[in-house]
Amino acid sequence: MIVEIGHYALALALGVSIIQALVPLWGLSRHDRALASVGASAALVSFALVALSFAALVASYARSDFSVANVYANSHSAQPLIYKLTSVWGNHEGSLLLWVLILTLFGALVALSRNSLPPRLRAGALATQGLVATAFLAFTLLTSNPFQRLSPAPAEGQDLNPILQDLGLAIHPPLLYIGYVGFSMTYAFAVAALIDGRIDAMWARAVRPWTLLAWIFLTLGIAMGSYWAYYELGWGGWWFWDPVENASFMPWLAGTALLHSIVVMEKRDALKVWTILLAILTFSLSLLGTFIVRSGVLTSVHSFASDPARGLFILLILMAFVGGSLALFAWRAPLLRQGGLFAPVSRESALVVNNVFLATACATVFIGTLYPLALEMVTGDKISVGAPFFDATFVPIMVPLLLILPIGQSLAWKRGDLLGAAQRNAAAFGLALLAALALIAFTRGGPVLAPLAVGLGLFLVLGAGFDLGERIAARASGWPAMFSRAKGLPRSAWGTAFAHAGVGLSIIGIAASAWSSEAIGTLKPGEKLTAGRYTIVLESVSLRNGPNFRADVARFQLFADGRELAPLEASKRVYTARAMPTTEAGIRTQWLSQAYVSLGEAQGDGLAVRLYDKPMILLIWIGSLVMAFGGALSLTDRRFRLAAPRRAAAMAAPAPAE
Amino acid sequence: MRRILAILSLILAMSAPANAVQPDEVLKDPALEQRARAISSGLRCLVCQNQSIDDSNAPLARDLRVLVRERLVAGDSDRAVTDFVVQRYGDFVLLKPPFNAHTAILWGAPFLILAAGALFVWRRGRRLPGPTTAAALTEEERRRLEAVLGEERP
Repeated sequence: MIVEIGHYALALALGVSIIQALVPLWGLSRHDRALASVGASAALVSFALVALSFAALVASYARSDFSVANVYANSHSAQPLIYKLTSVWGNHEGSLLLWVLILTLFGALVALSRNSLPPRLRAGALATQGLVATAFLAFTLLTSNPFQRLSPAPAEGQDLNPILQDLGLAIHPPLLYIGYVGFSMTYAFAVAALIDGRIDAMWARAVRPWTLLAWIFLTLGIAMGSYWAYYELGWGGWWFWDPVENASFMPWLAGTALLHSIVVMEKRDALKVWTILLAILTFSLSLLGTFIVRSGVLTSVHSFASDPARGLFILLILMAFVGGSLALFAWRAPLLRQGGLFAPVSRESALVVNNVFLATACATVFIGTLYPLALEMVTGDKISVGAPFFDATFVPIMVPLLLILPIGQSLAWKRGDLLGAAQRNAAAFGLALLAALALIAFTRGGPVLAPLAVGLGLFLVLGAGFDLGERIAARASGWPAMFSRAKGLPRSAWGTAFAHAGVGLSIIGIAASAWSSEAIGTLKPGEKLTAGRYTIVLESVSLRNGPNFRADVARFQLFADGRELAPLEASKRVYTARAMPTTEAGIRTQWLSQAYVSLGEAQGDGLAVRLYDKPMILLIWIGSLVMAFGGALSLTDRRFRLAAPRRAAAMAAPAPAE
Repeated sequence: MRRILAILSLILAMSAPANAVQPDEVLKDPALEQRARAISSGLRCLVCQNQSIDDSNAPLARDLRVLVRERLVAGDSDRAVTDFVVQRYGDFVLLKPPFNAHTAILWGAPFLILAAGALFVWRRGRRLPGPTTAAALTEEERRRLEAVLGEERP
């Protein structure tokens, strides 16, 4: 019964979404306020219905109701409860429902933020949201119904893909989806602005929090996915330039560009057309990401759900939303008037340069990901585009951008002083260079590029810190004055510094992988293996039973630079329901570095073992966390919390002067 | 048939935990082994998706790894080993596609896009009148404005 209620609620939600999409548009064209405001109520109802539907699916999983085909195919009664629940989105149908749930949640949030938006903008955005929800609800109901019943009901389920039975992967999809779907808000606002034919700094202020929110979650989602790949796939890699990874990386790059161009628009009322285009493209790339992952068009290492019929449906959705919005853009964008001016040397110009580089980087990933497919369709030739291609193209594009980042960050708005900005960063640059040179000297004979990359990362961290320090110390003398100035600095300034420092930390972590070492060997109990600073000695191999798996657990003594640490365990599991094996790497964290052990096949009477020494590897993900933290700080900036009417009055003045 | 083979090998690949290079494959000479690893990480595992033979545990990837090592032991240069593999399996096996008529767009695009973007920004920058039209505020006006807006501006 619960299942049928869920299904019915989903169908009702489709109907309500159609109302949410069409009635406000009709109201807008007739200048009828009452009709235009229907969208808000519809959005709330739609969210309530989808939430009910989602709860029904969660309940079926919690109760292991195998009469539901979706539960039967992706769950098992012996699974721990937490994985029963996360199984809900560990499959195509359930993850789509999650997608729609987050989408309607965002719609409801817009509907609830009553006073902060111009009514016409809000009506248009909610209508666009309704259109997106309609498309995805129809997709779910027509091709991917999670509430399909089975008769007779099987006694036992087929278990969730074991590789997904992991806490990291359990929270990876929700994070990623909040990111993807968050950009639908930016898209909806862009389309609403185009329909309205008007856009100003108020628009930028309304959109920026949504963009930030989406960006924060996308950052966390990508970092989570990468860390999962690192510890679960068992060969210590953390980024493979796999199409599925690229699918989430492209919206991130475009979203990062958008975040920066919106700032220019908010400050200077400039870059309007470009910002609108970026907003459309970012969500289009999110849709493309969903398409790539869900259609299996580019089957990849971790594409677990593929079905060509569904692929066609998503392709149609993709073409309708991308094509439709771009057509609207071509038609209406000339109406948007360009606003404020800024000098060629200014923070605004630096942000334009940032956008040129980020857009190029994004285009590079796009072309690299889709080119093999296009070439095969056109000429029949098959080529591979893998990590070496991206290393050779993406990296050279990003390095200059990162090199000028600290300088751009310390330029003044509107009209900056390049020499002054360069001087302000001289200390950071000098220190970073010194550190790089010292590192080269210290690791003589080792890699040369890596120390320079460490220097680059350090430059970003120091640049961000010094820039903050400069602002705090600028017009203040004495500690109390500086403290109050530090407190008075806008949160977004702190956010910028943290986000940029986070990029620097990640780069240091990535660069440090040049010093990682690896050893492969066949070990019998008592034998040892050494890689870098770490040595392991195999103690014993034993069999252990988990709730729904059996595991061969190998226990090692672990030595770092000859000093004994607590023992380490690595295991290989076989999940009984699917008879599928997974590796559980043994990882020991020491400060920022890790020892990483993974098991291979038994070889004769020995066991194949790989040991890695991964210096500073954690910085990669700590950097991402710091980036996301910076974003969160910006999100709490009081500009976004101020009451709207006062804002609206203040913004009515032409180009706010500084 | 090819499809079935591909599926079969995919299943085989899935059925072994990810552990690519096996201890019995490793060459005695560390320098040679390092070259083998570098070459393998640029060669695609033909039956996998987007995995190098160095990362893959498919049987075919193992065969290729062993082949690469055999050629190296026989005294081939890195280039000769790669060429040998490409001769057998075509450009598809290279994770870094060679530059030719078919891949000119692929390789050229990033740099063309960057150049086009830079050109566009530069031309727009020249077309716009300078900021001289908007007079800068005096210190006094600035202070009053800050007082009115009640907001700290960086």
